[in-house]
Amino acid sequence: MISWARRLRERGIVGINQRNAEFIMPYNPRKHFPLVDDKLRTKKLAIENGIAVPELYSTVEIEHDVHTMLDTLKHYSSFVIKPNNGSGGNGVLVIGGRIGSHFSKASGVIVNGQQIQRHTSNILSGMYSLGGVPDTAIIEYRVESDPFFDSISYQGVPDIRVIVFRGMPVASMLRLPTRDSDGKANLHQGAIGVGVDIGTGVTRSGVRANDMTKVHPDTLQPIDGLQLPYWETIMTLAARCSELVGLNYIGVDIVIDRSKGPLVLELNARPGLNVQLATGRGLLFNLRAVEAMDNIPARAEDRVALAREKLG
Amino acid sequence: MRDLKLRVVAAVLFALGLGLCIYKVNVFGLPLQPGQDEEVWTVQARIAFKGSGKPTKVQFAIPHQTPGFVTLDEDFISGNYGLATEDDRENRWANWAVRRANGPQTLYYRISIARDQNSNELTGSTPPFPQAPFYPEPYNSAIKAILDDVRLESADIATYTRELLTQLNADTPNENVELLRGRVNNDEAWVYEISEVLKGARIPNRILYGLELNESINNAQLKPWLQVHNGQRWLSFNPLTGQAGLPENFLVWRIGEGPLVWVDGSGAAEVVFSAARNYREIVDIARKRAERLGSSLVDASLFNLPLETQNVYRILLMVPLGALLVVILRNVVGIRTFGTFMPVLIAMAFRETQLVWGIILFSVMIAVGLSIRFYLDRLMLLLVPRLASVLIIVVIMMIMISILTHQFGGTRAMSVALFPMVIMAMTIERMSIVWEELGAGDALKEGAGSLFTAILGYLLMTNATLSHLFFVFPELLLCMLAITLLFGRYTGYRLTELWRFRAALKFEPPESKS
Repeated sequence: MISWARRLRERGIVGINQRNAEFIMPYNPRKHFPLVDDKLRTKKLAIENGIAVPELYSTVEIEHDVHTMLDTLKHYSSFVIKPNNGSGGNGVLVIGGRIGSHFSKASGVIVNGQQIQRHTSNILSGMYSLGGVPDTAIIEYRVESDPFFDSISYQGVPDIRVIVFRGMPVASMLRLPTRDSDGKANLHQGAIGVGVDIGTGVTRSGVRANDMTKVHPDTLQPIDGLQLPYWETIMTLAARCSELVGLNYIGVDIVIDRSKGPLVLELNARPGLNVQLATGRGLLFNLRAVEAMDNIPARAEDRVALAREKLG
Repeated sequence: MRDLKLRVVAAVLFALGLGLCIYKVNVFGLPLQPGQDEEVWTVQARIAFKGSGKPTKVQFAIPHQTPGFVTLDEDFISGNYGLATEDDRENRWANWAVRRANGPQTLYYRISIARDQNSNELTGSTPPFPQAPFYPEPYNSAIKAILDDVRLESADIATYTRELLTQLNADTPNENVELLRGRVNNDEAWVYEISEVLKGARIPNRILYGLELNESINNAQLKPWLQVHNGQRWLSFNPLTGQAGLPENFLVWRIGEGPLVWVDGSGAAEVVFSAARNYREIVDIARKRAERLGSSLVDASLFNLPLETQNVYRILLMVPLGALLVVILRNVVGIRTFGTFMPVLIAMAFRETQLVWGIILFSVMIAVGLSIRFYLDRLMLLLVPRLASVLIIVVIMMIMISILTHQFGGTRAMSVALFPMVIMAMTIERMSIVWEELGAGDALKEGAGSLFTAILGYLLMTNATLSHLFFVFPELLLCMLAITLLFGRYTGYRLTELWRFRAALKFEPPESKS
């Protein structure tokens, strides 16, 4: 046991206790948490600052609006409904298209309008929010995955998780949905985490359910050594999000849309530690290196350049 | 140093808690183990005299300093007599008075005492050298001969006294001793005579009167004991054998000469003593002891609360222990549970049902509740009505289980009712959501984690020794707080993380950058 702990330390693996006590608590002022947890406010703030996000179609705030929501959505054939204060991808409903009066989910399952309304109503009652408090449902643009990912993704949209510390990207991974993960990009639901080199944007090998893998299990295509598109843009987007919300240790989830390019999907004030499994290296070395930096550039582009040089 | 402030605060809190606890153990003798009993003696003096019909005053010597014992209780049973007590350095008296004493009168004095290692010496000032008493001849010559004889065979006051006692009490006494013995006809007078002889040698001495408490006694009289002062302290001797020291269970009743009881206005009084042994919990005795010492620590203790409040606190004081357990299991071991302190509440529910029955009940109700909850899901209910429905179903299940167990003659049926149903309902709801979103594996894992934590918590929180410790020494909560504070800055891995991150070990460790 003790030797395991020592070997993890050697690799700079950060545990939950250390993340909370040494990075989240001192670097993330609590008063800014509600802003990050409130996806609607984050989205509006991002738009004001020129950060690309999926377009907001509508919100449902009171039970009464649930009856009229389908009417509001009649112009959109695809959309995403999610809870404003949800976490970990819970309560997200992705509608990929319409089949007559019915809708098809991203997974291909057919649902009717009533089921969509019930899902929305569950969101409003607080089923997916922290602490079960009443919530708002957000209806937004459904991201269509970039063709680059067609060969290494199963259904869903892959996303890129970037850990940003003091405005500097310190680690990132690409999360690829699989058949097991039901099209979701959550590692513990079976998605693959693929480490991405900060400096170059080239993928390394991936991890799936604690096993290393170099191919996607559903498409059998290689997932290592791929150059991700828009890497510079992705890094800069992530770096800018940090100053946007006033938090110094965040996780930024970015998707690459077929037509709109990189979009910021979600910010997380308590980003998980799975990125360490995907990249195969602990966060601690980069975090300590950034902690020791005296003057961090004010411009996001400069920070990214610095990070790509020093932390890659 | 990192977290220095926290460490200092924790150290201070810990020291404070532990220090108070140790103080209470050492000074008041509060026990560290539950249910320990200690010997308590109840000694009663019965004073009887014939009333003359006139105003009567009775003065009776009562214990003052009681080396080796601590007084727990004192009672004066004296009917219509007025009572006052007075004392000087050595003795204490009860003064009874009545306007008219007719016929036979009986007064009682009763004292409860327990052994106490802390007060072993009689205190008092150094007495002056006594005047040699005057004896007529031939006694004067006889005493002089004895004293000269003893002086030759002794070195100091202690050996002198012992030698004198040996000679005076010899089985085959010489003629001088024989002469002295002829003057007295009982033990008490003989001890008095010995005291006089010692005064002839100008040795300060006094007679203690007391009772030896070895077994229950009835209708006994006080026994005299001899003490001589060697310039520094009083040395005790058995006046009839010369053996040094006070007997172990000797209750000193009064010191020096003078009457034990003195009646003014009526006939002479007769006093008899009796003593009985019984057992009381050490905690009670320690509390009395603390009261005698005038400590406000015990006044402010939980013992002074009403009994039902005390019983609530006996349970409440164990909750911090459960909380600390949760801290360790979650932050150091990394077990996942439903809700942070839900397992502690479940553990408290187990108190009502006992462990095995509680686990069965918990599992059955969660299993049945969960399946019904999944059916409710298909009815598409809103959150709060759904929660309420689950609550109602939990109550219905409890009724059914109670009736069923009663049918089979189970006595547990009653305690089931106290199993907190809201906790059950919330657990079912939480579990079903985890089940839906993260899958059955995670839900069962969290459920098992909660149950495991609850079982450990139950075992810890029902431990009789721990429960006793926290109730008698609530200051130990400060120690708990100190430990919890330290865990608050634990940044090491959780045990489960070693397993979670095991894949990272497949990668090569990075080159050392130093």
